[in-house]
Amino acid sequence: MSATLASPAPPRAAAARNVLRWVLIGAVLLLALLPVLNRLPLDSALHVSDFVVSVTGKWITYAVLALAIDLAWGYAGILSLGHGAFFALGGYAIGMHLMRLIGPRGVYGHPTLPDFMVFLGYRELPWYWWGFDHFPFALLMALAVPGVLAAVVGFLAFRSRITGVYFSIITQALTYALMLAFFRNDMGFGGNNGFTDFKELLGMPLNTPNARAMLFYASLASLLGAYWLCTRVTRSKLGRVLVAVRDAESRVRFLGYDTTRIKLFVFVLSAVLAGLAGALYVPQVGIINPGEFSPGNSIEAVVWVAVGGRGTLVGAVLGAFSVNALKTWLTSVAPDLWLFALGGLFVAVTLFLPRGLIGLLRRREP
Amino acid sequence: MARLIRAVLLLLALALPAAAQQDAFDAAVSGLAGGFNQQAEAVERLGALGDPRAVPLLRALADGRLLKRPDGGLVPPGEAAPPGAEPVRVNNRVRVALRGALGRLQLVSPDPAERLAAAEAVFRSRDAANAPLLEAALARESLPRIRSQMELSLAASRLVAADKGAKRAAIAALGAAGSTDARALLLEARAANPALAAEIQTAVAAIDRRLSLRRMAETLFQGLSLGSVLLLAALGLAVTFGVMGVINMAHGEMVMLGAYTTFFVQEALRGVPWLLPWSLPLSVPAAFLVAALVGAAIERGLIRHLYGRPLETLLMTFGVGMILQQAVRTLFGAQNREVLSPPWMQGTLTLPGGVSVTQNRLWIIVFGVAVLLAVLAAIRLTRFGLEMRAVVQNRRIAATMGIRTGRVDALTFAFGSGVAGMAGVALSQIDNVSPNLGTGYIIDSFMVVVFGGVGSLAGTLVGAMTLGVVNKVLEPWAGAVLAKVAVLVALMLFIQRRPRGLFALRGRAAEG
Repeated sequence: MSATLASPAPPRAAAARNVLRWVLIGAVLLLALLPVLNRLPLDSALHVSDFVVSVTGKWITYAVLALAIDLAWGYAGILSLGHGAFFALGGYAIGMHLMRLIGPRGVYGHPTLPDFMVFLGYRELPWYWWGFDHFPFALLMALAVPGVLAAVVGFLAFRSRITGVYFSIITQALTYALMLAFFRNDMGFGGNNGFTDFKELLGMPLNTPNARAMLFYASLASLLGAYWLCTRVTRSKLGRVLVAVRDAESRVRFLGYDTTRIKLFVFVLSAVLAGLAGALYVPQVGIINPGEFSPGNSIEAVVWVAVGGRGTLVGAVLGAFSVNALKTWLTSVAPDLWLFALGGLFVAVTLFLPRGLIGLLRRREP
Repeated sequence: MARLIRAVLLLLALALPAAAQQDAFDAAVSGLAGGFNQQAEAVERLGALGDPRAVPLLRALADGRLLKRPDGGLVPPGEAAPPGAEPVRVNNRVRVALRGALGRLQLVSPDPAERLAAAEAVFRSRDAANAPLLEAALARESLPRIRSQMELSLAASRLVAADKGAKRAAIAALGAAGSTDARALLLEARAANPALAAEIQTAVAAIDRRLSLRRMAETLFQGLSLGSVLLLAALGLAVTFGVMGVINMAHGEMVMLGAYTTFFVQEALRGVPWLLPWSLPLSVPAAFLVAALVGAAIERGLIRHLYGRPLETLLMTFGVGMILQQAVRTLFGAQNREVLSPPWMQGTLTLPGGVSVTQNRLWIIVFGVAVLLAVLAAIRLTRFGLEMRAVVQNRRIAATMGIRTGRVDALTFAFGSGVAGMAGVALSQIDNVSPNLGTGYIIDSFMVVVFGGVGSLAGTLVGAMTLGVVNKVLEPWAGAVLAKVAVLVALMLFIQRRPRGLFALRGRAAEG
């Protein structure tokens, strides 16, 4: 079944693929228009509310996370149930920068220490907070910390040939352990309150239409960049080997490929992308707390990919948008139903729609 | 007739000392009405007599409520004041005597709490004069807790005595008592008695040894108790995941269903008061049935279609867990439900050596072992267990031998789920019964099964106990959360060395 996902398109499907490409370009243009429409006068028929812009911006970061998961799961068969941890770590890195930028504007008015540190009786900044007042450093950390963590975990796991569900459970334990650790006050990351009350980023006060538009475009650019990168990876020779690893790892190994290194590369790249998504997410929602590490978040992100259609990059993005649209709509209309619906999605997509929404579209092809 | 005489003689024999005491008591009481010196003497004598009846009298005297008739006789406290009665006056000397006497008399008070408080007060006073009194009180005392406090107080008062021999005896006694209070007392005495420093040092060392042993025993118990919780939570998984190879992420919800069944049985039995204390044992089969039925439905309806696709099974069962959680939340509400402990499970038990264990934890260990044995017996000894093992080993050949493999799959999954439900009964005693009860255990359970070795029940037992004890040993150093994180990290490193767990299956079964 999974072999069909990556087989070259039959000639007649090329036309459908062309249509899909134009639909995608149209969708991106439409997305890019949203912040502009937000600036139209309120009574204009085309006016788009702040809520729509910020929610869509959030979904775009989710789509980046979905791409990251799809790269590892859909192509290399590595189902990580801990990608939420990489996402949250990226978010925490940027959150630290945002906290440093608050400066003396905190409740306690301390020139360098964030409020929670003053409250907990810190005298000076812990060493691991050094450098986070510089944006490039914080951004680097948002990518590097998840990357290094993924490299360590991946190296240990892949080296011992831990695959399949065992790897899933280990990554779930990883994010669970991180959640417990970040809930502690003496970790120096704000305990269960996390970071919030951010003021500005790169000299722009947050929570203004300008900042929102900038973050929106940054997210959109990152999504396009991530999509381009993933396309390059999956269409390269490496991408072919990845799919082969997914479908028959030992066979690939016997053919002389170093599957450990290949899987490690994809897993680290995927974690870095997840970190990027988290770094874009936090300034837009204005809060980061240990709840982001909860195993439920990671597995929910996996379901976006499953719903959209794993093994296709478009599917991952489509899944992130559609599931989150459903979530936003249901939680406002009937909050109690959301968890039923999400659970139902898990069941339905695995039983009836193994190739996701994209599979549904492609089934129409001959 | 002879019997009657003997009875009378016995009565007399019993009454004689009492009568003698009666006289002494009355004589001392009459002294209370005299001059200050006589009063003080009388108070001291009453204190030394140790007769509980003196307590209300002396209290009344201390509070200025004791009345004297014009003719010099005392009005017993509690009686109405006759005309012309005046309070008995006391001076400071009498007051000092009163305080001491009241303190001593409490040592023989009928109220155990008062006796204990008095023994503690004597311990704090560090007065050598208290020693004989404590000896007398000790001779009467029967409650072990008060006895040990009195022994401690006795040693404390002997330690300040002038007599070196008494001091030595006290140091030895304190060393043997082996409590933290005794240790503090000895350290305090070391500064005052440089001559006895060496002996005190050995006594302190003895106490330290005992205390560390006790701490170790208690840590071990806590670890075993946590381990048996993990064992209970993981046993069902050892069947569904270990034996069948089905990744059931809704396993925690089966545990949760068991806990809610316990709550439901308890509420249903509210109308039958004599059965209520037994609602917990009655819940065990009920929880098994409920979870097993739900498990069978899930296996037949859903999981069956995904055999051979573990990642999809994982996602699907996660969704099932979510639905079950939300369903319970809708039915019972999101708040915690209270499941009462039956009286025979409450309180703490002090084992010899001063190790105290809580009863419900003890019962959970017993229950965990019992469930393990039951699961072992079901797999090893029953027809169902035989068919189950046959299907796991070779499905096709089992089918050709006439085993209905589909039915065995359903039963096995129901069995594993039922065991999880029974775990829920135990967990309802130590955890909040809420819809997300199970989520906290699912990762731990998988860790136990993977650590112990997939498919091995002995591995599950050893894995659970090891994880429990290691967790509790680390806890005092690192704190509960960090200990858990450390255990998780250690496990990940362990899997590096032995990817197939402690008890790896060998041979064909390992190839899966």
